[in-house]
Amino acid sequence: MTHPTAAEAHEEEIAHVMPAPVLLAVFFALILLTIATVAATWIDLGGWNVAVAMAIATVKATLVAMYFMHLRYDAPLHGLMLLVAVAFVALFILVTLLDTLQYQPDVEQYRDSTQTISGTTNGFR
Amino acid sequence: MPETYTTAGPGEHGQEHPGFLAHHFDTPRQQFNAGKLGMWIFLVTEILLFSGLFCAYVVYRANHPEIFIYAHRFLDKNLGALNTCVLIFSSLTMAWAVRSAQRERKAALAVLLSITLLCGFVFLGVKYVEYRHKWHEGLLWASRYEPQPEAAGHEGGQHQIEPRNVGIFFSIYFVMTGLHAVHVIAGMGAIAWVLRRSLRGDFNRRYFGPVDYVGLYWHLVDLIWIYLFPLLYLIH
Repeated sequence: MTHPTAAEAHEEEIAHVMPAPVLLAVFFALILLTIATVAATWIDLGGWNVAVAMAIATVKATLVAMYFMHLRYDAPLHGLMLLVAVAFVALFILVTLLDTLQYQPDVEQYRDSTQTISGTTNGFR
Repeated sequence: MPETYTTAGPGEHGQEHPGFLAHHFDTPRQQFNAGKLGMWIFLVTEILLFSGLFCAYVVYRANHPEIFIYAHRFLDKNLGALNTCVLIFSSLTMAWAVRSAQRERKAALAVLLSITLLCGFVFLGVKYVEYRHKWHEGLLWASRYEPQPEAAGHEGGQHQIEPRNVGIFFSIYFVMTGLHAVHVIAGMGAIAWVLRRSLRGDFNRRYFGPVDYVGLYWHLVDLIWIYLFPLLYLIH
């Protein structure tokens, strides 16, 4: 290991150093949001429970990515790569969901018509 | 990330080339940014790997919501929340370890990496308790799904009629949390490697890339759990 010379010590930082208060604030925000997401299940919001849970998870994920993963202070390329990956995940899920929902009635119909013949290893209780 | 470093001294390139700087990089900053780009490309492939499982989850839940409502009560919300907090805390100590590496606080770096590693063990310990409980109650993946009569959910509701194919919920549960646990173990291995190198004194304010990259990986493992926890444990 070589020790930096005096001249090198005055060089600019290689990367942004995250301030300690920001790290602590993000940590406490994440814990509070975890409590919030558990508490949200005590309230019946019908179909909105999933939406609330996913919204809270996305806020938490954004906090982790922006601060713990440095994206806010990083080259924009890295954040863009993460967003493209998330966009592809959304695309995969959406297209598969469209397909499966379209064919589900046929599956149900087939299942109901074969229910009495098929085995009893799973379900039917 | 090469284990061996060129030891080219001053003069070979007409400028100083420190030992931690690989031969093909001009500056420590260039080396750091190149490594970071590589790590982000790897993280993108990890997200896409998990996307297949999230896709299976969404498709199955959209078509058979009754199975998820019935089966999720067999998961212990408290243990899931505990593990969420453990992972969030370990992400804090990991981010702080990167900060310590950047500021050359070597003792703090070693301590924080050790705490992060310890949190990994706690997470796996809690996971073991959960898996063992399900094993005893026969709540396994679809082909081995044979619930014991005493297997009651944590929120009562024993009078519910069991829907068909509940085992598939547990298939999804075990594959998603299992693959995540594999990532936790891999992350712990990487943290142990970085901890060993930090104790050896490899890192300084111009060379802390491996700490940062391992940190990014660990945060991604946390990020995936942030979604797994509400999707599997907190179904309403």
